[in-house]
Amino acid sequence: MATLRLAITAIVLVVLWQTLVLITGVPPYILPGPAAVAASLLDNADLLLGHAGITALEILAGMLFGTALGCTSALLLGYFQGARRWLLPVLVASQAIPVFAIAPLLVLWLGYGMGSKIAMATLIIYFPVTANFYDGLRHTQRGWLELAHTMLPRERRWAVLRHIAIPAALPALASGLRVAAAVAPIGAVVGEWVGSSAGLGYLMLHANGRMQVDLMFAALFTLTLLAVTLYFAVDTGLKYLVPWHADLTSAPEKF
Amino acid sequence: MRLRGARLAYRDTVLFDGLDLDLEGGCFTCLLGPSGVGKSSLLRLLAGLAPALKVAELACSDGLPLAGRIAYMAQQDLLLPWLTVLENVTLGSRLRGEPLELDRAGRLLGQVGLSDYAHQRPAALSGGMSQRAALARTLMEDRPVVLMDEPFSAVDALTRLRLQALAADTLHRRTVLLVTHDPIEALRLGRHILLMNGQPARLQALPDLPGAPPRDPTEPAVQVAYRNLLRRLGVG
Repeated sequence: MATLRLAITAIVLVVLWQTLVLITGVPPYILPGPAAVAASLLDNADLLLGHAGITALEILAGMLFGTALGCTSALLLGYFQGARRWLLPVLVASQAIPVFAIAPLLVLWLGYGMGSKIAMATLIIYFPVTANFYDGLRHTQRGWLELAHTMLPRERRWAVLRHIAIPAALPALASGLRVAAAVAPIGAVVGEWVGSSAGLGYLMLHANGRMQVDLMFAALFTLTLLAVTLYFAVDTGLKYLVPWHADLTSAPEKF
Repeated sequence: MRLRGARLAYRDTVLFDGLDLDLEGGCFTCLLGPSGVGKSSLLRLLAGLAPALKVAELACSDGLPLAGRIAYMAQQDLLLPWLTVLENVTLGSRLRGEPLELDRAGRLLGQVGLSDYAHQRPAALSGGMSQRAALARTLMEDRPVVLMDEPFSAVDALTRLRLQALAADTLHRRTVLLVTHDPIEALRLGRHILLMNGQPARLQALPDLPGAPPRDPTEPAVQVAYRNLLRRLGVG
């Protein structure tokens, strides 16, 4: 059923696109029709696949580092009262600097290779992961903490964190990771735009410069496919990681 | 167990001051009173969950401290949704890093009639079953003193009657302080009944009822006591 819905949506969009091209009569170097883009997609399959592989690798590595860094920061903030007062303002201030603004700097420091793109993706997902997980850690249900308090002979923050606060915060972390999966491709592509020799962002810029608009659209399509696949893979993975969350939110969505 | 001169105040509202509480060991004492009078606060003070501003004296007859010898059961089941029922029952050992004693946990689940649900998550349980799982978790702690804060107030009337009988049975011979706003529950379960009233609140002991808990709520003695109690509370 979901597949059918998706197929219908795709067909409607393609028809709208073709109609727009036919009615306005725009030249193909401004907006190519779906057929031209499909042809380009097939002709350049190897090229696109190669660049997509690079971008996918950057995104995945960024996800990995960003998640590890974000979780560590959130745990530090949650565990050490002192760290909270010092680190939280720094964290918020760091987010006020647009990642796009420091992209050239990252390329300067880390070079034209994958390093700078991974750093971009890491930076862009660091905040949503940290903020969501930390928020979850802070809002443990009070009754659970009180119950734990009556069970423990003396205060043991680590035991409470490990057995209660961290599992209780996993649904919040999952929300953070979903956002991360949605924005990580932006980080990688922006990094590629600023300076690179490979990747879908590079290919799009390159094709654009040579008026190969059909190739640009083909790259854009590939990127979208990559991003959507990543999002659904992460979403499915999280459902396995936090299976009880469905227990709590399976109520019908009615307002 | 005695508590002497307890005081608890929030800003300018004094909930109680100079309050004395005596609990007889090895039986149920029910603490009855209207909402907001400070029953739960008194219980939480005993459980070490509320910072007491001035506890003059809290002593047990055996001279040992109370801390670390209580089990606490709240109005909500407080089951952790990511653990199975069996894992929830052994939560105390998990937190303390002790061996889990799964055999005993399984037996306790059998006692509360949840053997078939041991490996399910709490979402599969009804309200009454969740509260039975919470009771099993409380029993698992195996503490001499059990503090219960309106443990059966969130379930339907018939389930409540069954849970009361189960609690009276399984907590037999332990020192139990049960906070409730349900007069029938107090009359049914309490070896002793304390009435908490006024502001700042005072405790009054009601005359003990004949017979051993759990009493049949339709028994004449319970009905008479119920009528007297309602009159005392200003109803009927």
